[in-house]
Parts: sequence; structure tokens; C-alpha cells
Amino acid sequence: MIALLRRDLLLAVRAGGGFGLGLAFFLILCVLVPFGVGPAPATLAKIAPGILWVGALLACLLSLDRIFQLDAEDGTLDLLATSPLPLEGSASVKALAHWLTTGLPLTLAAAPLGLLLNLPAQATPWLVAGLALGTPALSVIGTFGAALTVGLKRGGLLISLLVLPLYMPTLLFGAEAARRGAEGLDATTPLFLMAGITAGTIALMPFASAAALRMNLR
Amino acid sequence: MYYTAQHLACARGDRTVISGVGFQLRSGQALILRGPNGSGKTTLLRCLAGLTPAVAGSISFSPDEVAYAAHADGLKAQMSVAETLQFWAKVFGARDVTPAIEGFALEPLLNRRVHTLSAGQKRRLSLSRLVLTGRKLWALDEPTVSLDMQAVAQFAGAVTTHLTQGGAAIIATHIDLGLPEAEQLDITPFRATAQTDTDPFLDEALL
Repeated sequence: MIALLRRDLLLAVRAGGGFGLGLAFFLILCVLVPFGVGPAPATLAKIAPGILWVGALLACLLSLDRIFQLDAEDGTLDLLATSPLPLEGSASVKALAHWLTTGLPLTLAAAPLGLLLNLPAQATPWLVAGLALGTPALSVIGTFGAALTVGLKRGGLLISLLVLPLYMPTLLFGAEAARRGAEGLDATTPLFLMAGITAGTIALMPFASAAALRMNLR
Repeated sequence: MYYTAQHLACARGDRTVISGVGFQLRSGQALILRGPNGSGKTTLLRCLAGLTPAVAGSISFSPDEVAYAAHADGLKAQMSVAETLQFWAKVFGARDVTPAIEGFALEPLLNRRVHTLSAGQKRRLSLSRLVLTGRKLWALDEPTVSLDMQAVAQFAGAVTTHLTQGGAAIIATHIDLGLPEAEQLDITPFRATAQTDTDPFLDEALL
């Protein structure tokens, strides 16, 4: 399984990999929003947590269809399915690789990009903690969406439709934690709830992903 | 050790492609599947490899004993030949990649990226993975596509080595590999004619 993780990371970083796609999108969004909103620092500070969270979520969504699609097209997925690795394990590893190449860079980039959006300094730790706790859920749920649509050509749109409703709780609690942080309130409750969602999805979603893959390989 | 399948029916998607196929194969023997395009060779092999469950019938061996090689090479253009071999060796728990390298003459290609290889070279790399699996029964789908004469002979040699070591092989192919005492099985007569009943609601949900 470590070999699979290393291979996925290697493929993401080498030419033609998806690494940086989500990050670049996030960067562009956060740079453009201040221009769009205009010279109103107070407004910007108010919407910054929401913008950062929505941006992170959409950036995550961008690279989801690559998780299984490329492997399915060149036949690697068939070989992985017949290998000694359990499909549940492969799905977990794929989700982890997706998080390491998308969720983690987004989390790290959020703090400097918060400055661009005039995010109050006291909100930054909450925002980063929220992203660190929430983005793994986005990757794991997204892997499930990718597994469901693996047999379809251009399944990207369908993934978005399937996955976005499942992303809602994470988005709500994450943005709420950052907003409370910005207003100087205690934000641990939404963070705990979000951590619960993340833990639950990490435990359960790989089984759903593996079942979806098995169905699609038939 | 015998590998047996009886009254096997296999489906591709929701369509039953072949039914009533049976064979018996012992260690050291190869079974050549014959039949025109679309007669269900791939479906049968995918079924034996455990990728699709059999609709009916019984298989005496577990999918964990089968090493499956499909039409698609399953290679990543950005990885080098050595990286590819090492990755699959780790997945299948093989310690040594040298038998695969020697069996398919991959030594001069080791440091090349896969996207610089020719179609035949990719095919050789893809087939060399079979050696790494350490599994007894090889299920091969058109293994000689895009191989030249020399590489076909090389491949036939690798299969023969596998057979003499107590393995077995089921090969769907249109050419003569020259394997000793290989059995032939023409699957054309087993083509499924009637549609089997499937749950219409399930079908619609999965479309």
C-alpha cells in the first residue's frame, strides 16, 4: 500500500500530473476576489472565511475525476483489483494521496492567502485548523464520487453533482468555525463536529468506494 | 493440481455473453481459447480473474490464484521501466525483479520512461508483470498483440518456463504459440443466445 501511495504521489508530481491544479485555482480565486469586491476592507474581512472555504472546496473538486479515471483507462485499475491489495485499502490510499496533493497544500496556502482577503489575524488559526480537519473528509468523500463515476466518459460534472451535497456539512462547520474565530468567539464546537464528520467518513467511505468500484468493473 | 470450471456463464455489464463453458486444466498445461472477435474470450477471462462474478456455474480455484493480463497494458507513461517493475513487485510481495527482467529482455530499457517505449516494448513490460505475481494460473488476453516474431518466441519461452515450474495458463489468442501439449477450446458454441432475466429496476438505476 505504501508502494501505491508513493506511485500516486510520484505520478501527481511528474509532468502531466494533477498536482498544483487545485492550488493554482485557489490562488487565482483569492487574488481575484478583492478586485471583484472593490476597495472595501471591512466587506472583504466579513466574507473572507466563506470565500476561503468555498475556494478550497471547489479546488478540491477540480482534481477528483483524476483519482480513478486515469487508472481505469489504461487498465491499471483492473490489475489493482486482481492484486492482493484489498480494494478498500487501495481506495483509502488513493484518498490519502489526493489529500496530500490537494488538501494539504490548500491548508498551508490558506494562511498567506487570508492576508490578501483581509482575514482578521485572530481567525487565521481557526481557519487553518478547520481546513486541516475538514479537507481529509473532502478527499475521502470525493474518492467515493470518483469511484461511482469511474466507468463514465467525462464524469466530472456528475461527480460534482453527487459530491457537493455531501460536502455541505464540512463547508458549514468549517466556515462557521472561521467566522466565529474572526469575531473572537470560541470556535471549538463547530471544529469538533467537523472532526467527527471527518473521522466518520474516513472510517466508512472506503468501503462504499470499494463497493462502487467493484460494481463498475463488471 | 487441477483447475476446473463447469457450466460457467459470464456476463459483461448486464448482458450474459457466454454460458455453459467448462474446462479442466492440470498444472503444466496450457489452454488456448479460440473464437472470433466478440465471442466472449475477454469476458470469460475477466470472470476467471474475479473481476466479474460468474452468473452461473462453478470455478474450482480462487481468483487469488489467477494472474490476469488484459488488452490494456496498465502502464504509466511518466514512470520508468525499473520503477514500474518495482511498484508491481511490491504490490504482489515479490522480492526480486530479476526473473521478470531476464524473461522479457528488459535489461537495456530499465532507465527509460514508459512513454519513450514502443508498443511492443510496452507489451513486454506489461507481460513481465506476470512473473512478479508469483501466481500459478495465468489468464492472458491476446498477449501477443504488437509483439514481433522474436518477442513472441520470447513470450512463448516465458510461458513454457512457467508451465514447467508447475504453473498453468489460459491464453486467448489468434496465433499459434507453439506450446507443447496445449489444449484448444473453441468457445464459439457457448455463446449465450437468450437474455437472462435481470431486475429491470436495478438496471435502470445503474445505467
